[in-house]
Amino acid sequence: MTQSHRLPDGGRVDRSAPLRFTFDGVAYTGLRGDTLASALLANGVLHVAPSLYRRRPRGIATAGAEEPNALVQVDGPCSEPMLLATTIELYEGLSAAGLAGLGRLDPTPDQAVHDKMHIHTDVLVVGAGPAGLAAALAAGRCGARVVLVDDQPELGGSLLAGRESIDGRPALDWVAEARTELAAQVDTRILTRSTAIGYHDHNYLLVAERRTDHLGPQPVPGISRQRLWHIRARRVVLATGAHERPMVFAGNDLPGVMSAAAVRAYLNRYAVLPGRRPVVLTTNDHAYATALDLVAAGAQVAALVDTRPEPPADLVNSARGAGIEVHTGSAVVGTRGHDRVSAVRIAELDADDVISGPVREVACDLLAVSGGWSPAVHLWSQSQGTTRYDDDLAAFVPAQAAQNVVSVGAALGVLDLAGCLGGGFAAGVEAADLAGFPSTAPSVPPTSVDRPPARPRPVWLVPGETGDPSEWSDHFVDLQRDATVADVQRAIRAGMRSVEHIKRYTTIGTAHDQGKASGVSATGVIARLLGARSPGEVGTTTYRGPYVPVSFALLAGRERGALFDPVRTTAIHPWHVEHGAVFENVGQWKRPWYYPRPGESTAAAVERECRAAREGVAVMDASTLGKIDVIGPDAGEFLNRVYTNAFAKLAVNSARYGVMCRADGMVLDDGVTLRLAADHYIMTTTTGNAAGVLDWLEEWLQTEWPELRVRFTSVTEQWATVAVVGPRSREVIAALAPDLDVSNDAFPFMTARETRLASGVAARICRISFSGELAFEINVAGWYGLATWESVIRAGGPLGITPYGTETMHVLRAEKGYPIIGQDTDGTVTPQDLGMEWVVSQRKPFIGKRSFRRADTARGDRRQLVGVLPADPAVLLPEGAQLVADAEASVPTRALGHVTSSYRSAALGRTFALALVAGGRERLGETVYAPLPDGVIAATITDPVLYDPKGTRRDG
Amino acid sequence: MLLIACPWCGERDELEFHYGGQAHVAYPADPEGLSDAEWGEYLFVRDNPKGPFAERWSHAAGCRRWFNVVRHTVTHQILASQSNHPVAAGQPKPVIA
Repeated sequence: MTQSHRLPDGGRVDRSAPLRFTFDGVAYTGLRGDTLASALLANGVLHVAPSLYRRRPRGIATAGAEEPNALVQVDGPCSEPMLLATTIELYEGLSAAGLAGLGRLDPTPDQAVHDKMHIHTDVLVVGAGPAGLAAALAAGRCGARVVLVDDQPELGGSLLAGRESIDGRPALDWVAEARTELAAQVDTRILTRSTAIGYHDHNYLLVAERRTDHLGPQPVPGISRQRLWHIRARRVVLATGAHERPMVFAGNDLPGVMSAAAVRAYLNRYAVLPGRRPVVLTTNDHAYATALDLVAAGAQVAALVDTRPEPPADLVNSARGAGIEVHTGSAVVGTRGHDRVSAVRIAELDADDVISGPVREVACDLLAVSGGWSPAVHLWSQSQGTTRYDDDLAAFVPAQAAQNVVSVGAALGVLDLAGCLGGGFAAGVEAADLAGFPSTAPSVPPTSVDRPPARPRPVWLVPGETGDPSEWSDHFVDLQRDATVADVQRAIRAGMRSVEHIKRYTTIGTAHDQGKASGVSATGVIARLLGARSPGEVGTTTYRGPYVPVSFALLAGRERGALFDPVRTTAIHPWHVEHGAVFENVGQWKRPWYYPRPGESTAAAVERECRAAREGVAVMDASTLGKIDVIGPDAGEFLNRVYTNAFAKLAVNSARYGVMCRADGMVLDDGVTLRLAADHYIMTTTTGNAAGVLDWLEEWLQTEWPELRVRFTSVTEQWATVAVVGPRSREVIAALAPDLDVSNDAFPFMTARETRLASGVAARICRISFSGELAFEINVAGWYGLATWESVIRAGGPLGITPYGTETMHVLRAEKGYPIIGQDTDGTVTPQDLGMEWVVSQRKPFIGKRSFRRADTARGDRRQLVGVLPADPAVLLPEGAQLVADAEASVPTRALGHVTSSYRSAALGRTFALALVAGGRERLGETVYAPLPDGVIAATITDPVLYDPKGTRRDG
Repeated sequence: MLLIACPWCGERDELEFHYGGQAHVAYPADPEGLSDAEWGEYLFVRDNPKGPFAERWSHAAGCRRWFNVVRHTVTHQILASQSNHPVAAGQPKPVIA
């Protein structure tokens, strides 16, 4: 297919590089330098997809990120939805399809790499149009570090779309020189194809760089597809330009109704003639250049309609001199056409925007509309800067800065080229000066647009030819949301007055484009319908990041898959893998959950492991328990203050179980602490809470008790811990540690011994039990963990030593009623609630002690830890099940408590559970009920210690 | 992302720090001598001003020191940052090359 609407010369496209592409299954050809939108327009394709709700035909309306219509899905190894035809650079073989507002998420994993960079700079300039380039040049010349970001593949901004001149030469020559100069500055970094998407606190901005998207959908080896720049800037210069607003009139959504500035961009930048017989509708000076450029490109401009009764005479004369009929004080009040505009209806408006003359119909195939200019204040507003409505500009402009930032150029409402350059130079010098590089601003060269534009006449709502606003359902306010003046009027009649409420009621501004171009137009319509004097009385909705949609893949960067979160494994991990362990995640740790034999079920494996621990000997890798060295002359005093029980007088080589509480008296953590020397303890914490406990200790030492001479060091990784458990564990230890007297008298419960294993490895062996059985913990330097584990397996081989995982550990401890902090507790549980009055010292102060006398903490009906035995010993209560007193009670009813742990027990020959139940210790023997979707489970409350309540087994 | 000046390490991104709530709420010297209301005040009640707020931060992913910051709760501007470590008071800040 030929490029029927391609101009014979001009433009920033490479005519020597034709590119084939397909759209909606049809093959076309474009040129390098095209966007998908310009290439489609070059081929006479205007229509992209129907609208989402009303299925009306919609065409390409803009030439940039503000596009409301031209959504496409791009094919590739991983297809990308919801991209804009106006921002996709054409590449050979591009294949895309139009989307009616909804994309399809491709389930294929994206193989492309996305990454991140973190940089600091003195000056960050956003936007490389005339103002941004001037700012970057001036700041860079001063010696400041400068980062210049721009979303286009080449610098120049609005100059790329125009035919302006600077210093008597084409403006793009000046741009090229600026680029050369910036590239030569060693501390200036230019990021093209990069969109600043977020402006956060303390001048922290996020910039999304598209590095390979223009090369095609395949991942490029060695180059990330996109990169997220995290930039901290001393000073930010926002040169983000302005968006041309659409106008609201009947039939303003027909394909062929296009931004006048976009038409100019398609003409001059892409050498595409979007229509051969256009009409231009404007409220301001800018569209005159579009009209003249259209004539120069060979179009027959059928009419130029200016809302102003008296536009600048020189502009009107130049248009008329080019043969254009100019209608002043008028507007387009309607369109004709089916799937493309074929004619517009033009009428005069009086000073109150009421149709005041006959309506003339003019045939056309394109309507170029300039409803005025809205400074792109999105980043400014994200930075918490305020805006004010400027009546002379008919726009919201930056007012009070909240951070170290300044806006320049069109982003500030400065619309003449000389003003942009001058403002840019001044802002660049000021920014460099603030960063410690004083200088003076360069002089501004003469330009072809040295005069600020004349005052615009915004017409926020062009009336329909008939009816009233409640009937104007073809006056579109938000094209992507199919929201109209009638919808806004309905919202107002429903009582909405705030622009934020009307936005939510009508969904205006909530589509992918977030109302970039149409948001201020919507405010204008609302102001008009509310009878406000100006949009300034109504205000804008909140601007939120990201400025343009970005992919989750970009935000994730390399933190995907195995790199999403660190994985911690113990020294013994390879053995577990080799022996078929099933793992569970405990925090970042991989812990063996159980070790199934071939064909063995989970329940059978756990029952076998439990039986070994209760009847023979079993072994567990306990290395993940948090371990903290507590060293210093005041170590004992410190521990006395953080634990509810006393540690200062603990004998050397003795161990004690401790509970620590927050100041509110709720249990924070528990574990066994061992005294190694007068000034040296080693504390153990729960696996998942080790870092939190270390933070807790540091906080109290540094902020409350800095006079205590004690220091903490995490030694979790430095020690490997092997728990040898069961009535025959002593035999294994005796074989492993020939120098050690393992008799109960010589090595009693809750003591530790330093010894040398038969292997020659130095070890600390403790008699600690988390199962109620005779048990030993062997601690060796992490390097020797695997070898020591293997020697335990060998020594225990003749006794049938059985490795067990966390599930068996949980069953064994639950049978003994030992709670797991964080499973059986939830931050609202005191030691007394757990039945651990014995661990709470009455004699010494400690964190949380005072709280035990608070009325709420001391009341008797608090939820307390109890055992729960289902009436049917084969039924397993689900953990989390709520317990009620009355099985027949109608819902909602008050729960007595809930199940916190629930297991099958080989030792008990039945199922059992632990639960927190209100006043539970007064309810022993009572029946409670767990109402569940499949029926009610009845259960009896018991003491939580169900196995060996007298503790006869711990010494073997 | 706030830029927070650790008194020991200099300016670092917020993600290196842990927030510690209002500063200068000392653990009562004699908790047992307090009424329930007074103890409850210590446990649960904190200021929530619109404006400058003295608060505690810990350089958790850095030097692990606690220190005080005065932050404007509306603008997030950080007005002051100092060590609250009495041992350091009056002593020169360590030079980290």
